[in-house]
Amino acid sequence: MKVKLHVWRQNGPNDKGTMETYEVPNVSSDQSFLEMLDDVNLALAKDGRDVIAFDHDCREGICGMCSQVINGVPHGGQERTTVCQLHMREFEDGAEIFVEPWKARAFPVIKDLVVDRGALEKIMQAGGYTSCHTGGVADGNALPIGKDIADYSMDAAECIGCGACVASCPNSSAMLYTGAKVAQLAVLPQGKVEAHKRVMAMTEAAKEQGFGNCTNHYECQASCPKGVNVKFIAKLNREYMKALCK
Amino acid sequence: MILDGKCPTGPIETSWDRHRFETKLVNPANKRKYKVLCVGTGLAGGAAAASLGELGYNVHAFCYQDSARRAHSIAAQGGINAAKNYPNDGDSIYRLFYDTIKGGDFRAREADVWRLAQVSNNIIDQCVAQGVPFARDYAGYLDNRSFGGAQVSRTFYARGQTGQQLLLGAYSALSRQIKAGTVTLHERREMLDLVVVDGVARGITCRNMVTGEIESHWGDAVILATGGYVNVFYLSTNAMGCSVTATWKAAKKGAYMANPCYTQIHPTCIPQHGEHQSKLTLMSESLRNDGRCWVPKKVEDCEKPASDIADADRDYYLERKYPSFGNLAPRDIASRAAKEQCDDNRGVGPGKRGVYLDFADSIKRLGEDTIRERYGNLFEMYEKITAENGYKQPMRIYPAPHYAMGGLWVDYNCMSNVPGLFVLGEANFSVHGANRLGASALMQGLADGYFVIPYTIAGYLATVKPGQIKDDHAEFKKSAEEVKADIDKMLSINGTKTPSELHRELGKVMWEDVGMARSKESLEHALKRIPEIREEFWNNVKVVGTNEQFNQELENAGRLADFIEFAEILTKDALNREESCGGHFRTEHQTEDGEAMRNDEDFCYVAAWEFKGAGVEPELHKEPLKFENVKLAVRSYK
Repeated sequence: MKVKLHVWRQNGPNDKGTMETYEVPNVSSDQSFLEMLDDVNLALAKDGRDVIAFDHDCREGICGMCSQVINGVPHGGQERTTVCQLHMREFEDGAEIFVEPWKARAFPVIKDLVVDRGALEKIMQAGGYTSCHTGGVADGNALPIGKDIADYSMDAAECIGCGACVASCPNSSAMLYTGAKVAQLAVLPQGKVEAHKRVMAMTEAAKEQGFGNCTNHYECQASCPKGVNVKFIAKLNREYMKALCK
Repeated sequence: MILDGKCPTGPIETSWDRHRFETKLVNPANKRKYKVLCVGTGLAGGAAAASLGELGYNVHAFCYQDSARRAHSIAAQGGINAAKNYPNDGDSIYRLFYDTIKGGDFRAREADVWRLAQVSNNIIDQCVAQGVPFARDYAGYLDNRSFGGAQVSRTFYARGQTGQQLLLGAYSALSRQIKAGTVTLHERREMLDLVVVDGVARGITCRNMVTGEIESHWGDAVILATGGYVNVFYLSTNAMGCSVTATWKAAKKGAYMANPCYTQIHPTCIPQHGEHQSKLTLMSESLRNDGRCWVPKKVEDCEKPASDIADADRDYYLERKYPSFGNLAPRDIASRAAKEQCDDNRGVGPGKRGVYLDFADSIKRLGEDTIRERYGNLFEMYEKITAENGYKQPMRIYPAPHYAMGGLWVDYNCMSNVPGLFVLGEANFSVHGANRLGASALMQGLADGYFVIPYTIAGYLATVKPGQIKDDHAEFKKSAEEVKADIDKMLSINGTKTPSELHRELGKVMWEDVGMARSKESLEHALKRIPEIREEFWNNVKVVGTNEQFNQELENAGRLADFIEFAEILTKDALNREESCGGHFRTEHQTEDGEAMRNDEDFCYVAAWEFKGAGVEPELHKEPLKFENVKLAVRSYK
């Protein structure tokens, strides 16, 4: 098959940037989207032209490096799929495909499709942990945790920190990302101890970094490659209210 | 030279406790005066940086990704071993120790493995305290599953994302220390040189991958936790950015590379589909708990759909060959068995390089829902890549390069032969011998990071004055100039082949000649081809762009240059080791039924290679291995 790509090219955060068009012949439907981009880059490099910069690493849908908006949808719109797991068989022969970086004020473009997601790190550093030291902790089975609670915590913990939730949100809100971590820890006995402090600190950090508020569009859940549920935003709000009342 | 691993002597059961007591300490008030550099933020590096930060050291951590949470530890699916014996099925520290020594085909140090087994239990406790949501049973207690090479259930897991959850645990501890100011994280940095002053590791030179700036960082100790090197095969299950660069640069500054020929080929990967493929995808070995491996008995059946082949016409080859371990035979054995079936022309799928992994019996026994609960994400991933439904038809799998047991040589303290240079996790050679058992990589990474280095690094730091040599020393300037010169050279060649094309060529040679089965002839062929590829690289590579920009072509070129040099030493090690053991299979050394044949008389040693220059014969140093607690025996899983 063949496709026509329109790719956002931007040489650094201060460059204005533009869409460039590439005709891609000989695409195999078994190729992943990134392998197709590899081929485009190979041709560009052979030609002595600057290749398209894009973040990627594990190429198995877990590291969270991918950060491409494809045809207007972060990660390309296939349910629960990162860009690296998106395959060309999902596109029609001759398709025109638009590829852009994550768009959010908190994520400045580094080059082309690569953005700086350092703002997400700041939220995690504000409180996304239990304050336990290495060593000197209780036996793993000392505190039984109900299977339903462990499963709920795991559902939240599936977040891979890619930032698609922010990129899809009209408010560039990081509440799904923040809520997932808050919820994961808040329901566990190990995380309950600091639940109030954590939710306040993480929420404050998200505001400081320029992320917006949630206005219930649910785009985040729809674009999340791990299907993290918006119920964790509700949980975030409840935890925040509880902490406010303290 | 005969190397000394400096292992404690005396009864092994108390060796680590005695060693901890005998190791010097650094006074709490003095710790902040010591600057420790930690390269890599996976399980080993992340855990080390966090734990050392907690202790009060001034830690600087480095990673090539944009966040410490993305290291490839994150991709581990199946689980982490520990000798908790929660299921009451006969596990113990001794049994985990024994299984690991045996699984490694008697090519690891006993003392290191004992320590690993001993601290394995602390790891689980630590992770639970961090809020890692391990799988639990209905009573609320931690659940276990089985993994290859063991007859007990000792593997803890978090759905199919155990590595991710453990890494997020370490990352959260690291984030806490960054906030506390004890750890400074430098992301999007690639280490391009180790700075050695008078034989002692004093810092690193790295490239800022956004701006291209070449940076010097000094430290009183340098920790490398930079993972493994199987991307030398080009196609592997490793992340695209995984490279040998950090460890190889250290090797070029005098650190010995140990047992590089011990590479693990993982049996349960999705078969290759075409020439444009960029990587291979692994599916957790835990699938072999419920999946049965088979190929058609008759060659003419191979083209038929699996459902048309009667049970009597299927060869469940692992169950046939290894009745007591069956589908849970260790990885090296399962991989070779798959290759054997395909070499016998009974493989399935494109190019007939694949075997079936069939869940039909388990689905019949347990129901599709149970299988979905256990492996749902793996079935989803399989379907995304192959467009086939693993519940309805058997999966197709084929072995792929996955893990490096070899790595930089370290002593019992995880310190290399270069004083001040410590190496943790997959980057060192220490505990897996010639073959790693499933769910042991996560265990080693976290053991080294949380529970080994915080003790052993103190023993070294207590002997040095903090901040004695800083980045104004001439060696830092020299190192930065050399790094810059290499970069300029790569950018100026302007040849016709891109790094990825040359990497593919190298990978083809390595997979065909130095892959799952090696012979004197194939290895000598590789040793002829590798220098040719090196020549071609330095004369004909085409690297577009400049240094002063975000330039992934340049990153790849640098990594490839190191892989090429390293490939030669890997191949030489394989040629030197005239025996078959674990993941290293020499076709000349096998039993009548095709099993690996060790030669304990001549090769019961660690081969540590000293680099002498590209294309120059490296020097071999040996560390003899002694087995005082486990009897050297033929490894049998029958």
